[in-house]
Amino acid sequence: MRIYVCVKQVPDTSGKVAVNENGTLDRASMATIINPDDMSAMEAALRIKDETGCQVTAVTMGPPPAEGMLRELIAMGADDGVLISGREFGGSDTFATSQIVAGALSHLGVGEEDIIFCGRQAIDGDTAQVGPQIAEKLNLPQVTYAAAIEKDGKVLKVRRLLEDGYMTVEVQTPCLITCVKELNEPRYMTVKGILECYKKPVAVLDFEALKDEPLIDLDTIGLKGSPTNIFRSFTPPQKGAGQMLAGSPQEMVNELAGQLAAKHVI
Amino acid sequence: MANSANISEFSGIWVFCEQREGKLMSTDIELISEGRKLADERGTELVGLLLGGAGVGSAAKEMGGYGADKMIVVEDEKLAVYTTDAYTKVICDVITDKKPEVFLIGASNIGRDLGPRVAARLHTGLCADCAHLDINMELYTEFLREASTVDVDSVKFDMEDTNMKMTRPAFGGHMMATIICPRFRPCMATVRPGVLKKAAFDQAKADACRIETVNAVLSEDDLRTKVLEVVKETRKMVDLIGAEVIVAVGNGISKDPQKGIAAANALAEAFGGGVVGASRAVTDAGWLTADHQVGQTGKTVRPKIYVALGISGAIQHRAGMQDSELIIAVNTNEDAPIFEAADYGLVGDLFEIAPLMTEAVKSAKAAG
Repeated sequence: MRIYVCVKQVPDTSGKVAVNENGTLDRASMATIINPDDMSAMEAALRIKDETGCQVTAVTMGPPPAEGMLRELIAMGADDGVLISGREFGGSDTFATSQIVAGALSHLGVGEEDIIFCGRQAIDGDTAQVGPQIAEKLNLPQVTYAAAIEKDGKVLKVRRLLEDGYMTVEVQTPCLITCVKELNEPRYMTVKGILECYKKPVAVLDFEALKDEPLIDLDTIGLKGSPTNIFRSFTPPQKGAGQMLAGSPQEMVNELAGQLAAKHVI
Repeated sequence: MANSANISEFSGIWVFCEQREGKLMSTDIELISEGRKLADERGTELVGLLLGGAGVGSAAKEMGGYGADKMIVVEDEKLAVYTTDAYTKVICDVITDKKPEVFLIGASNIGRDLGPRVAARLHTGLCADCAHLDINMELYTEFLREASTVDVDSVKFDMEDTNMKMTRPAFGGHMMATIICPRFRPCMATVRPGVLKKAAFDQAKADACRIETVNAVLSEDDLRTKVLEVVKETRKMVDLIGAEVIVAVGNGISKDPQKGIAAANALAEAFGGGVVGASRAVTDAGWLTADHQVGQTGKTVRPKIYVALGISGAIQHRAGMQDSELIIAVNTNEDAPIFEAADYGLVGDLFEIAPLMTEAVKSAKAAG
């Protein structure tokens, strides 16, 4: 039994954001973190590993430095990592990305008892599309927005969050599950894990290794091949005519209350 | 070459009408209203697609009142409760048969499960969580004039372009991006709830709406997940969308989150029936639950009064609140972007200012 955890290295969008001339994100110039929902996916996998001793493999697509993130996940408890990396893959939209990742997973082999965990969505794109699209390409059942998971052999009971409650969904392996942060509290890297993380294998799958995978349609990958393209990116104008109040806190509040009362807002 | 690449064969604007427990969702009305606009721009018909258990079609004509020319209704017991497999199969079958040019889905937890699966199967593009849609190029350039800093006159646009232009916050909400899907059809988008305006209901149009029933072809083998139960949360969900006053807290409460939230609560109550909202930083940190979140991944709100306490105001947050009637922002950083959206800006510590505001609102109300 093997659990694949699909993770993404994302720019820390709470910091400074830089954009390339073609409208894509200038990832090289920004600080990166492991996508938060993906950490919940990793923790979900590690909890099953704690019980069953199964193999946990962290999989990511990204530039070569993303290997560092895979090492961190190995230090958390993953057994190995897979880095899907190639110039031809750059600029892929969700459809293109999911084809490449599904092709890579198929290349590695998805067995009858295997599970693929993903985060619900990445904070740089907020699409929540890659997980379901990987599941579709691999022809696996999916459960998204997982907030609780019970596993009994090949059967998983998943609490799937809805806006107004939840549903409990039963699914069998092999399957794909996307995780929300309510699912768990991700563990920290251990000292032992950090010391050993460079001794464990990280495989690199490049364009050459994956180009003959039947799930990958070479006409619909990368920036040019992706079905969706950025037509234009822009910044909204600043809303004018706001009023900055001056003085001490009490003076500002008095001025505000006076104006609101004059406008009959309060 | 995939069938989806023969783009000239596709026509018509379609909307997926989501139902829960047999009832149409409020988002369906927003999408049908927007779909009407797009269908008129393209000179084509607007079709709603409704899947559900026996009898679900009885509500279908209502969508005509908001602009649908036709509703396609698929009734089957296996469609009564949403499952990814059943809905994906039926929708892909109908779309492959009838070939719509555009397919819109509400960006609910169900729509965002369904949309990507359908797009991947149909071999087409999908744009997530859109906030604005155009087909007509003149309308799009007008939109850019209003909503962007782009110098529209200096850009040469192809005015004959008929791709749907799908605009959404991008890069963690620091910018906006317009996405197109030029090579495949249908062009698909999930659309954020609460952003698009509802059309007025017209009974005559509802009466004129055509209904077409389609049979589902589903076997047990098609269904690989089983829904054991659907539970409505008894816990009181925060009704941000219906609120008249929202007092929202951001990362500025981090030095004492509980005290910051209590201060926001007190101010919300002083205004009378206000509710507490939150930025993503606050829900990510777990200080408030996700149903409090305003912004790109949270909710879009238009209250009469919006108070932002210690929220820096990234575009993703502003996108969710900038249409509020009156915005008051409190932040220690005078350069915080939230002040660009605010009607009144107060530079200072929320822990000091919020209680003063509570007292001032209380005395103004007592005097008024």
